[in-house]
Amino acid sequence: MKQSSLFDIISPIMVGPSSSHTAGAVRLGILASNIYGATPKKVTFKLYNSYAQTGKGHGTDKGLLAGVLGFSVEDVRIKNIFDLPEAKEIQYKFEFLEDFNRHPNAVDFIFEGTQKMIVSGNSIGAGNVEITKINGFSVKLSGEYNSLVVIYKDKPGMISKISGLIQTEGVNIATLVCDRTAKGEDASMCICLDAALNYSVIEKIKKIDDMYVVRHVGKLES
Amino acid sequence: MWENWKVNMKNEINTFSDLLLICGQKNKRAYELVQEKEAFLLDTSIDEIRLKVKKSLDAMKNAIKIGLKSDEKSISKQCGDDCKKLQEGFKAHPALFGDLFEKITTYALATIEENLRMGKIVACPTAGSCAIVPAVLIAISEKFNISEDEQINALITAGLIGSIVQTKVSLAGAVAGCQAECGVASAMSAGALVQILGGKEKQIVHSAALALKNILGLTCDPVAGLVEIPCVKRNAFLAVHAVTAAELALAGIESKIPPDEVIDALTQTGQLMSPLLKECSQAGLAKTKTALKIEQKIFNR
Repeated sequence: MKQSSLFDIISPIMVGPSSSHTAGAVRLGILASNIYGATPKKVTFKLYNSYAQTGKGHGTDKGLLAGVLGFSVEDVRIKNIFDLPEAKEIQYKFEFLEDFNRHPNAVDFIFEGTQKMIVSGNSIGAGNVEITKINGFSVKLSGEYNSLVVIYKDKPGMISKISGLIQTEGVNIATLVCDRTAKGEDASMCICLDAALNYSVIEKIKKIDDMYVVRHVGKLES
Repeated sequence: MWENWKVNMKNEINTFSDLLLICGQKNKRAYELVQEKEAFLLDTSIDEIRLKVKKSLDAMKNAIKIGLKSDEKSISKQCGDDCKKLQEGFKAHPALFGDLFEKITTYALATIEENLRMGKIVACPTAGSCAIVPAVLIAISEKFNISEDEQINALITAGLIGSIVQTKVSLAGAVAGCQAECGVASAMSAGALVQILGGKEKQIVHSAALALKNILGLTCDPVAGLVEIPCVKRNAFLAVHAVTAAELALAGIESKIPPDEVIDALTQTGQLMSPLLKECSQAGLAKTKTALKIEQKIFNR
């Protein structure tokens, strides 16, 4: 059993009204935009099920946008985010949908800008979140760890090249999730780490042949 | 000390009986054990842990301060002015139970209303139950001039009670109903109060059990799925509920059902409760005629 911490109970300090629908939304937005890795020109937020039904009343729409813009869960400006200059820098729209094959609090971020990327995630309770898909690839990212997300061409030796470079830093891999569309096609890896990686290693990983996307996604503040 | 803790990792504080046993063996207060454990787990000092707790405490005080002055409505426009009404009410007719009662109930409404208007609060244990611990802890501390150090000790005690319950059941309305949110917050508050008023660990644990026993089966059936009706007023009710539990425990009254078994009962009750009554707003208050009208009004706006 995972140890229960005092700070699971007497935090986070956050803007209300709901840990799953407000704080969770901000955290999903932060993770998704870190995975996108740049300021998008346009974001379409697709909210599903409970997120769609009660999202507006809980400020879920505001929270998601705030997260994408890099606001923290305790930023009181979130309430008025639609009127802030930061929000006017990008185009955004919200779609409210129903799909009972999806989690009750599911969201897709469709980023457009220098490239297009779709990031999907769920708010799983008490402000905890999970990113489940990036461009359709299965991943497992909670913000609990510093993580590395890579998308590359499926071919022998890629996992060992990447993990080898991580090893040179002496950083331990906590969990590793791989996925691919088909043999020899696109593949993805989501690596949760026990420490942050140095910039230089990330640059080395980027230089491996046939890497399409390399993102270091920082741990979320607890 | 860290080494000691490592050796004793098998003595994890997962139950109330673990807690009483380890406190007895080490001759330490519950909050002392918790701050040592947290410092070990987060690889930091006890001072850092207490500073982090103080940050939550300060945020709680700030939410009360702001909330007491506001009557701004929530996003749905259904709630937000009860704290103001109650303060005016007490001016006209002082509370029967005196100024402490006035403080506790107005502080609870101030905090929970700040929450629903997207103000800054501390989830404790959740956002929907965020007002109970601060209302009790801060009202008592002001009334009796309790030092900040002792307030921090009490907040750690409250957190410990929540984390012990959490080892058996997830503190989410969708999993176990409101008994696991406002109910647990009330148990946490009772323990904090006993700690502040000089009670011993056994009394802390029993105050939590007494508070929990009397909210078993509490449903989570919010109108229109929003953290508003009945959550706002429930925070005030369960803050007062905590005081009863603490008073009984301080008098030496114990829960005849041992505290850990009360948590078992809460867990089982949560499992047996219909999913319709657990946060999805498909039954209970949420499906009353008036609730449906309110829902329609909110969503057609």
